[in-house]
Amino acid sequence: MTGTEWGLAVSVFLACAVESVEALTIVLAVGTTRSWRSTFIGVGVALVALAAITAALGPALTALPLNVLRVVVGGLLLIFGLQWVRKAILRATGLKSMHDEEEIFERQRQSAAGAGGVGEGFDPYSFTIAFKGVLLEGLEVVFIVLTFGANQHDVPLAAVAAGIAVAAVVLAGVAVSAPLARVPENTLKFVVGVMLTSFGIFWGAEGAGAHWPGDEAALLVVVPCVLAFALLNVALIRRRTPSREQVHA
Amino acid sequence: MNRVRAFGAFLYDFVIGDDWRIAAGVVVALIVTAVAGAWWILPAFVAVMLGVSVWSVAGSDGS
Repeated sequence: MTGTEWGLAVSVFLACAVESVEALTIVLAVGTTRSWRSTFIGVGVALVALAAITAALGPALTALPLNVLRVVVGGLLLIFGLQWVRKAILRATGLKSMHDEEEIFERQRQSAAGAGGVGEGFDPYSFTIAFKGVLLEGLEVVFIVLTFGANQHDVPLAAVAAGIAVAAVVLAGVAVSAPLARVPENTLKFVVGVMLTSFGIFWGAEGAGAHWPGDEAALLVVVPCVLAFALLNVALIRRRTPSREQVHA
Repeated sequence: MNRVRAFGAFLYDFVIGDDWRIAAGVVVALIVTAVAGAWWILPAFVAVMLGVSVWSVAGSDGS
């Protein structure tokens, strides 16, 4: 594989792993508290809906002219990437509370337990929560796979990377039957945010008609520069507020 | 109507997120890049937008 293909695979893998952890936390919480059967039906229906959305959007996306695709996708990746980097910087400096999977798991578990009794048959609560969680997080996975894949003309590689990420997270979640609280989520989000932002800068500028010196090799400079800038902001904010502990933004 | 509103809220949160200035800045940066045709415009905008966004939170925190 070329360096760009590795960049594509790693970016998709990490982004999809983060989304999968969030979806799995919801599914485990509602499944262990309510009804596994209804939860699995919710997951299954969400996966069918995601497959339909992917089948509808995929061909339309790949049929667009490359420059239009790059400027639209580059812009969206840049917006998503900058949001992730922003949140990761704020969490790393204590200006925003950490995304605590254990706390989310417990909150979901308590609200599931308090949602009335579970009968013998179908449990609409388990179905709805599992469906919504998997559909919303899955939409982000689909978006990442289609946009990254279409831009690099390699949707299959992006889909394989996403599949491995989802399988790895599900296997780990089933093995421990608990939220994956030990996954260093903020570090992952930091890395993914930097990658999304870097690809967004590169593709956005290319799609808008600019030409990068060194073509795709420019990514090897863009990624470290974005990372260095983000880390510089973390260091400067920490120096300015040295004693600050976690405070909700 | 509530479902339409809920979908709108989801879409806004999905695309725009916590700081609308980032989304607006990206659109402006892409337009300026298309007009000027220079590769360095987008990274420069990104540096300014990210800096302004995180430092406005750091500044408003009062420390």
